[in-house]
Amino acid sequence: MEAKRKKNSNPFDFLSEEIIFNILDHLNNDPFARKSFSLTCRNFYSIESRHRKILKPLCAETLSRTSARYPFITQLDLSLCPRANDDALSIVSSSPWKLTLRSINLSRSRLFTKVGLSSLAVNCRFLTEIDLSNGTEMGDAAAAAIAEAKNLERLWLARCKLITDLGIGRIAACCRKLKLLCLKWCIRVTDLGVELVALKCQEIRTLDLSYLPITEKCLPPVVKLQYLEDLVLEGCHGIDDDGLASLEYSCKSLKALNLSKCQNISHVGLSSLIKGADYLQQLILAYSFWVSADLSKCLHNFPMLQSIKFEDCPVARSGIKAIGNWHGSLKELSLSKCSGVTDEELSFVVQSHKELRKLDITCCHKITYASINSITKSCTSLTSLRMECCKLVSWEAFVLIGQQCQYLEELDITENEVNDEGLKSISRCSKLSSLKLGICSNITDEGLTHVGSTCSTLKELDLYRFVTFHLCA
Amino acid sequence: MDLKEGLRAETWAKSSLAENEMSKRISSNNPCFTDFNSQQYQQKWEDPSILDYDIRINPAFQEFNQPPQNQSSLPCDPTNQIKNPFQMNENLQTNKMQDWDPKAMLNNLSFLEQKIHELQDLVHLIVGRRSQILGRPDELVAQQQQLITADLTSIIVQLISTAGSLLPSMKHTLSAATPSMGQLGQFGGVPFPPGAGLSDSVQVQNSCAKKVSNQSNPIDLVGNSGTQQNHAVEEHDLKDEDDADDGEQLPPGSYEILQLEKEEILAPHTHFCTICGKGFKRDANLRMHMRGHGDEYKTPAALAKPHKESSSEPMLIKRYSCPYAGCKRNKDHKKFQPLKTILCVKNHYKRTHCDKSYVCSRCNTKKFSVIADLKTHEKHCGKDKWLCSCGTTFSRKDKLFGHIALFQGHTPAIPLDETIKGLAGPSDRREGNEATSKIGSTNFNFGSSVPNGTGVSDMDAKGNVDDPTNYFSPLNFDTCNFDGFHEFPRPPFDDSENAFSFLIPGSCNYIQKTGGETSLNTLK
Repeated sequence: MEAKRKKNSNPFDFLSEEIIFNILDHLNNDPFARKSFSLTCRNFYSIESRHRKILKPLCAETLSRTSARYPFITQLDLSLCPRANDDALSIVSSSPWKLTLRSINLSRSRLFTKVGLSSLAVNCRFLTEIDLSNGTEMGDAAAAAIAEAKNLERLWLARCKLITDLGIGRIAACCRKLKLLCLKWCIRVTDLGVELVALKCQEIRTLDLSYLPITEKCLPPVVKLQYLEDLVLEGCHGIDDDGLASLEYSCKSLKALNLSKCQNISHVGLSSLIKGADYLQQLILAYSFWVSADLSKCLHNFPMLQSIKFEDCPVARSGIKAIGNWHGSLKELSLSKCSGVTDEELSFVVQSHKELRKLDITCCHKITYASINSITKSCTSLTSLRMECCKLVSWEAFVLIGQQCQYLEELDITENEVNDEGLKSISRCSKLSSLKLGICSNITDEGLTHVGSTCSTLKELDLYRFVTFHLCA
Repeated sequence: MDLKEGLRAETWAKSSLAENEMSKRISSNNPCFTDFNSQQYQQKWEDPSILDYDIRINPAFQEFNQPPQNQSSLPCDPTNQIKNPFQMNENLQTNKMQDWDPKAMLNNLSFLEQKIHELQDLVHLIVGRRSQILGRPDELVAQQQQLITADLTSIIVQLISTAGSLLPSMKHTLSAATPSMGQLGQFGGVPFPPGAGLSDSVQVQNSCAKKVSNQSNPIDLVGNSGTQQNHAVEEHDLKDEDDADDGEQLPPGSYEILQLEKEEILAPHTHFCTICGKGFKRDANLRMHMRGHGDEYKTPAALAKPHKESSSEPMLIKRYSCPYAGCKRNKDHKKFQPLKTILCVKNHYKRTHCDKSYVCSRCNTKKFSVIADLKTHEKHCGKDKWLCSCGTTFSRKDKLFGHIALFQGHTPAIPLDETIKGLAGPSDRREGNEATSKIGSTNFNFGSSVPNGTGVSDMDAKGNVDDPTNYFSPLNFDTCNFDGFHEFPRPPFDDSENAFSFLIPGSCNYIQKTGGETSLNTLK
């Protein structure tokens, strides 16, 4: 009797599907765990197949069978399937996924045409996100096919060089719910297309207009977008200071702005573009801006400014120093490849911004031990430090890093003078997940052993050109 | 005899008649006349007395300059009411109205008399000829008939023009003259008051006259280089409607309304050669054609543009009315708006009252009734390339986008014949050539770290797609594999890192080192 009862009652029957889904959510980081779970029994197999929402198949030929096994996929990443063609897309749009699919990534496939896109857009009614980057053969007809997806919210069309204003106009007029649009390198899109996007898609939060042949004529409707948070104008050579000065309005809701490689914009243009943007958090001004005192003064009044990146910019020492005078507290600062940065200014800056989480001083050749000293003293909550190729920094500095910056998760000390002592100290950063030690000629196995033994969360280790390597530990 | 007469008729048409000739002809023609006519003429001959003309009947022909021989002055007997149309301008010497310029009137009337006599003789000739048709070979008959009709038309034209010159001087005729004016509106101003016993004859004569007039109308009203004014006057006269009033009841200084017939407006040719009857649209073309008919047409005088007679109606402005009933351009309309020239009338009539028979060959949609309108349209047809989803075309792209921005639901129409490869070909091939040269060098380097077979097979695999895409595959190849190798020169592909960064957002650093591996896996 007892055995019978025991036989009949399966404790797993008490677990509802919801609970098991919850359990499976925790296994998301471990694909093997999920696989073994699904192979346990038929019940678990069916539960796992109903649970899975994200799929990244390795080939497109198995899609029909996969859709039978996993009918509730919402996110389909076909970036590993370069042969995904119209047939694959029609399979997707006729499978059970047509009711559940919300996001699809086709950025690595070029074999599909407007026919496949049209079937996808029409049948998958809930499709909100399509990544069609690198679609170098897609033209306006394909854009018209995409425009049939009325619920589209996020669309990437980077490097779709054949799409013109007509195609973008069609998308803008049809997809009114667009929140993210990336038109990077769509070199046939001009002011007219961008204007239409800004007029029709009022919900846009993120707009990437990099490398488009646009001028300031398209900016007035863009800056009037109420919800625009992220604007990328990288490589827009058609926009210059005078054009920006003619803007009557500025974008009040802007949170992130990227003006890299805009050779014709200086701090004057920048200030006219961001005036009144009280919520500005992130600025990327790489490759083009002269980091001068004027520029720093422009950025004076943004209390929310958290992240600023001056990659490969010519710097004036006064400019760097002026950063230290800002009101807000920076969380992320990048002076990568800005070779004019010296100890004095950098020390001043980090002392003013003690909340720095990420600091990038790659290729700042003049930095010495003194800077690292100030950094480690002031910014103890640093999570990411990149100091590739700071050759003047002596080995003692790395000891300091290990001692002070306990929260470090990412450390790039490629091509530095770090030695085993330093590595030993660094290995005390228990949260380290990425460590790059390329071209460090002074480290040996001993240091690595320390790292290997204590950094349990390490995921990435770069030992490029490591000199001696004895497999042990 | 007939031929001689025909020849003489020709010369009549060309030169002014000598009264001697005329009288001779009249006398010689007598035997040819029909009984009735001969009777009449005999009556006239017998009765040289000039009877009083009833002013009511035909005051226009009161003035008559009698030739000395006076045999041509054929009095018309108002009592017996013989209304011979050929007698109408006779016998008014005593009844001259002295109120207007008498001498001009006399001249005109004498001329008219001569012409009418000629006309009468010619018609008799025709009548006579018809009775002799059987006895003659057909070609000769046809020739002679042609000659006669040609003479006839010229005579009639002269008659009409001269009669028309008399018209304005009749403005101040009494109201009692209106019935005769109405009759004057008919051909040659022929009055036909009812005649008791001679109604038949009158009708016969009338029909003859009408026949003549009908012959002349379609053939040529402008056979000789008549002036515009003459045309207008002739057409005015020919119109069956009551237009005689317009010429007289308009107060001086206001415009004069003229109305053409529908057939006149729609006639393809308006100028006709008197010799061969060929039709021309323009007077200048006719003059050029006439050069082929003899040396007398090659003189500068004959070739020159005919000078408009300034004697008659110099101060009046002419405006035109559309003959279509109910049209706003019709003079009878309440809100009459006149047209300015004959060309305006023609274009208006064709555009408004004719059906559109010419279709544009490009759009196959627009139809026109006037060829000039069609040509103007074809100049600009198809120029608008930018098309909205609502069907509106625009000549410029920014106009199209402005339109779309205004309205919800409008989208740009994308042309269906877009060939992607065609568009991609020229520009990207250049890039592709650069790419292949770089790939050539870098592939070699790449081969050192990866087996050559993989690299080569990858190129082949991607190359299978299409010939143009062979140029693209190196680009894709590059984005897959070149991130990890910083020493390779990559100026055309400097977007590759960024391309990667947005492909897999948030983990770009990670990908840079391992991207090479994963893409190698996919290639295999």
